[in-house]
Amino acid sequence: MAHSHQASGIQAGRLTADDIATNFEDLHHPFDAHEAAVAADRCYFCFDAPCMQACPTSIDIPQFIREIQGGQPTAAAKTILEQNILGGMCARVCPTETLCEEVCVRETAEGKPVEIGRLQRFATDTLMEKGVHPFTRDATTGKKVAVVGAGPAGLSAAHRLAMKGHDVVVFEHKSKAGGLNEFGIAAYKSTNEFAAREVAWLMQIGGITIEYDKGFGKGLTLDGLKADYDAVFLSIGLAGVNTLRAAGEDKDGVRDAVDFIEDVRQADELSALPVGRNVVVIGGGMTAVDAAVQSKLLGAENVTIAYRRGRDAMGASRFEQDLAASKGVKLMFNVMPREILGNGASAEIELEYTQVVDGRVTGTGETTRLAADQVFKAIGQTLEGAPQGLALVGGKIQVSDTGRTSVDGVWAGGDCASGGEDLTVTAVAEGRDAAMDIHASLMG
Amino acid sequence: MADLTTEFLGIKSPNPFWLASAPPTDKEYNVRRAFEAGWGGVVWKTLGAEGPPVVNVNGPRYGAIWGADRRLLGLNNIELITDRPLEVNLEEMTRVKKDYPDRALIASIMVPCEEEAWKKILPRVAETNADGIELNFGCPHGMAERGMGSAVGQVPEYIQMVTEWCKQYYDRPVIVKLTPNITDIRYPARAAHAGNADAVSLINTINSITSVNLDQMAPEPMIGGKGTHGGYCGPAVKPIAMNMVAEIARDPQTAQLPISAIGGVTTWRDAAEFIALGAGNVQVCTAAMTYGFGVVKEMITGLSEWMDEKGYASIQDFKGMAASNVTDWQYLDLNYVTKAKINQADCIKCGRCYAACEDTSHQAIAMSEDRVFSVKDEECVACNLCVNVCPVEGCITMEEVPTGQVDARTGEVVSGEYGNWTTHPNNPMAAE
Ligand SMILES: Cc1cc2nc3c(=O)[nH]c(=O)nc-3n(C[C@H](O)[C@H](O)[C@H](O)COP(=O)(O)OP(=O)(O)OC[C@H]3O[C@@H](n4cnc5c(N)ncnc54)[C@H](O)[C@@H]3O)c2cc1C
Ligand SMILES: Cc1cc2nc3c(=O)[nH]c(=O)nc-3n(C[C@H](O)[C@H](O)[C@H](O)COP(=O)(O)O)c2cc1C
Ligand code: SF4
Ligand code: SF4
Ligand code: SF4
Repeated sequence: MAHSHQASGIQAGRLTADDIATNFEDLHHPFDAHEAAVAADRCYFCFDAPCMQACPTSIDIPQFIREIQGGQPTAAAKTILEQNILGGMCARVCPTETLCEEVCVRETAEGKPVEIGRLQRFATDTLMEKGVHPFTRDATTGKKVAVVGAGPAGLSAAHRLAMKGHDVVVFEHKSKAGGLNEFGIAAYKSTNEFAAREVAWLMQIGGITIEYDKGFGKGLTLDGLKADYDAVFLSIGLAGVNTLRAAGEDKDGVRDAVDFIEDVRQADELSALPVGRNVVVIGGGMTAVDAAVQSKLLGAENVTIAYRRGRDAMGASRFEQDLAASKGVKLMFNVMPREILGNGASAEIELEYTQVVDGRVTGTGETTRLAADQVFKAIGQTLEGAPQGLALVGGKIQVSDTGRTSVDGVWAGGDCASGGEDLTVTAVAEGRDAAMDIHASLMG
Repeated sequence: MADLTTEFLGIKSPNPFWLASAPPTDKEYNVRRAFEAGWGGVVWKTLGAEGPPVVNVNGPRYGAIWGADRRLLGLNNIELITDRPLEVNLEEMTRVKKDYPDRALIASIMVPCEEEAWKKILPRVAETNADGIELNFGCPHGMAERGMGSAVGQVPEYIQMVTEWCKQYYDRPVIVKLTPNITDIRYPARAAHAGNADAVSLINTINSITSVNLDQMAPEPMIGGKGTHGGYCGPAVKPIAMNMVAEIARDPQTAQLPISAIGGVTTWRDAAEFIALGAGNVQVCTAAMTYGFGVVKEMITGLSEWMDEKGYASIQDFKGMAASNVTDWQYLDLNYVTKAKINQADCIKCGRCYAACEDTSHQAIAMSEDRVFSVKDEECVACNLCVNVCPVEGCITMEEVPTGQVDARTGEVVSGEYGNWTTHPNNPMAAE
């Protein structure tokens, strides 16, 4: 079969397997020991370091970088993991340009921050390659905690609870753990099955059982869990997706970006994964960028992100926008989808130009059309499958600072809960903090 | 362009950069390449007495310390003097001097502390037509165990004695190379002077252990599980060498004694600093061993660029200018008051000045909620620590409190009058 960008429709094998493999290599190549030493040397060991304040899990960044300087990356890893048990994944997926590295004093001074993310990866990779798990469980408390959803929030809570001596059962809808780490994060951020390896490594703490294919809607009820467990932590993420509300949304070739990304993440052979020649992604967040970039890396000829507001309003950071552009993705601003056209399957999309008046997006009436044999919807996820009876706020489960919901004995964290950005690192922080609060209330 | 030619003890060289006696000057092949690269002179690798030459270890002879990017900051060695026969060295020196009459060629010598030994080797050296000799009283390892090198350099009487022999049996300039492994450098310098030395050169290497191998529990460089102290050199030793040069330059007894400065010279600036302290030229070893002979080009262009900027036409124009400003602590002006000042526009808010001052010094830096750092004049003793730890050069400056203004810390008006410890009321020995 000839490999071609131009093959029409939705096709597999637009590039050779080798080219695709190269395309999906690590976004940032990992540091070797010398590079890490040089990068670590740039850190000023700031007092009351701004980077640390910007990290949602409050990792002691100057401390771990100093440990790398001192030639002890494993000690550095422990410093990281004490605060953030998924420090390995966060090192790969955190939008550091809007978190720790954004406020690094060297970013302010020279526009070139200390490469905290890559240093964090160097440390955590070094430790994980040794196969050691640096934490041990406290004496068992005899308390049982149920965690629903094995994404970053659930895993973080489960680990902390197990460490504190509680027995944890995690219920997971899917047949794999990891949540969006496993199914959502762009493939070039989590290479070589990292998500699965990290889960296996985390489980070494002991005291955690994961029950797959179980969850709300799959045999569990909140009342049942409350009856059987001493506490419940909900971390079910955002399982639903928003609809476009554009004509022709039901045509073939139109699908949710997260589903497509899940296919990419779970593909055994990427060159067997079909992708359109002309791909249009609707949305402006991380999901939109990931769907667009991965389409391009699979060999799509034309990939366009169509976002209804201006560049500055985009959820994806400037770094991610530039990443997309560097891969050949075209960014269109101030356009919204009106109609998907085609005979049964999508062939074209009609976009209407927009303007923002008093913060609201309205069409200008002017339209344009793009060839589109594949259209990805990346316009946000929604809470779905949450048990009845929990107070919601802004479409999410309402929680206190430490994750308490409106129902006694039930905590929640991560994307499904109110507060914080929808990021892996935030989910980890919320899971950890809720676990500490659960621990305090169980032992109190 | 500035004129870099120097005349040191009447020996002319096109620039003040000589290669110190060490591996770079160990043989004809090296020295020819060094001269082609532009070095003004060389001090040939130290010669020993006639007969079977010394042997070196066959394992590693260097240890080092590095900055994060493997920049070599300090080197240590356990090499001995030349391990090639005297005859071969002398022949090579003769040929090289003949081919490079405009470059300085000095013979470094280390033979046992007996008159006979010196009397024997000096005429042989003279035949090479070398421009002078340098007495290696500095080597701190190996040779010192045999009563030579620093074992001589640590005993002023021996220095004087051997120098006198050399002046007696050799009629060209005699330079005495000093060891820094001594408490007060002025004593060996005075001894060399008393022995009629034409100049001193310093420093030779400093006794050191650069690192300990924590797996094998032995010092590096490690030879079959054991190590020995070696001589330390390179950028790390420059401050020590500069103080010693200055001590000799400002000692009334040796102030007129020419100095060839050695120790950590890596760029033109190091050379300029040594010369400003009174050196007539500089010698270089580690920089050449780290980067090759090509480093002299930057030394030459950098120095002449700076001299042009400053309007110095020749080396002589700025030689020793800083020596007279090196003084004893007791003569420092205690009425000179400064305060640190943070330039907010340059501050990157790292907080290092705060941590340093708050934890370890005088609690004189304030930090606001929004990370604005400022100096509390009423606490600042002007120690300079914040300036030194601030990662932004020039961000914190030391500002003089003008005469007539009140020092917020002491509440006293700055008098503007010079006043030092010798007359200070707190000094029980104060002169009236
Ligand atoms: C495409 C995409 C790319 C992203 N890229 C990044 C990135 O680069 N960097 C970053 O920091 N963040 C990124 N994010 C966001 C990040 O992945 C999430 O914020 C994070 O995974 C939230 O963790 P969580 O544990 O709350 O939810 P999830 O990761 O969504 O995990 C929820 C888990 O609960 C399970 N579940 C759902 N419903 C039920 C139920 N009813 N019963 C039982 N189990 C259930 C799910 O199967 C899943 O395993 C991205 C998100 C997407 C969609
Ligand atoms: C490997 C090595 C061998 C040396 N051998 C000698 C020597 O034979 N005779 C001598 O006088 N000095 C010797 N030295 C000392 C140097 O000449 C010089 O004094 C010292 O290295 C300081 O200068 P630097 O900081 O530029 O290296 C040696 C130094 C090194 C590194
Ligand atoms: S802000 Fe930057 S320089 Fe300062 S401690 Fe953090 S990483 Fe280091
Ligand atoms: S520098 Fe040359 S002689 Fe020395 S160890 Fe390396 S190769 Fe051998
Ligand atoms: S050390 Fe320098 S840059 Fe850092 S806060 Fe102090 S003045 Fe500012």
